[in-house]
Amino acid sequence: MSDVTFVVLTVAAVLFTVRLCVGPTLADRVIALNGIVLAGMGAIANQAVVTGNGDFLPALVAIALVGPISTGMIARYLERNRE
Amino acid sequence: MIGEIVMLVGALLILLAAIGVIRFDDVLARMHALAKGSTLGVVLMLAGAAISLHVANDITSLVLAAVIQLLASPPASNLLSRATYLADHIPRRVDVVDERRHADGADDTD
Repeated sequence: MSDVTFVVLTVAAVLFTVRLCVGPTLADRVIALNGIVLAGMGAIANQAVVTGNGDFLPALVAIALVGPISTGMIARYLERNRE
Repeated sequence: MIGEIVMLVGALLILLAAIGVIRFDDVLARMHALAKGSTLGVVLMLAGAAISLHVANDITSLVLAAVIQLLASPPASNLLSRATYLADHIPRRVDVVDERRHADGADDTD
């Protein structure tokens, strides 16, 4: 079942990557990058379950702290850029 | 076993968010799709991992990451959607009720 979870996360990451390359505006690309980070978080948690080794789990805390902050910073940048 | 099923449900929610990000044709609609996946999907995956693992240190890290994600992800989505609404040159569409239009600081010109 963990293999199926990995496959699902990989397909999701590929779809987010397509939106990252296609996306017409900066906001689309920020959304796609956010989604890729989500798939990575899920993959780290799944890998910890598969191997039974939780050494990488504190990285999840760091990613969860940094991701929304970066989104907020890009949002401020977008908002400041209006005419 | 139960933990792996919960993780699979969370991964399917992230996949649904990805399909929504691909198929929806508007920035705000795409953000709507991703915000659901980024809160419920990731929290389900972390909860499933916390059910499956047995070391207290690992479970503490997972619960802390889930709480931070629950607290920080919706305000980030709100900030980005507000910036998208306010920014120029980004196509957007509000269907029925535009509550942001008459809020403080919004442009009434367009």
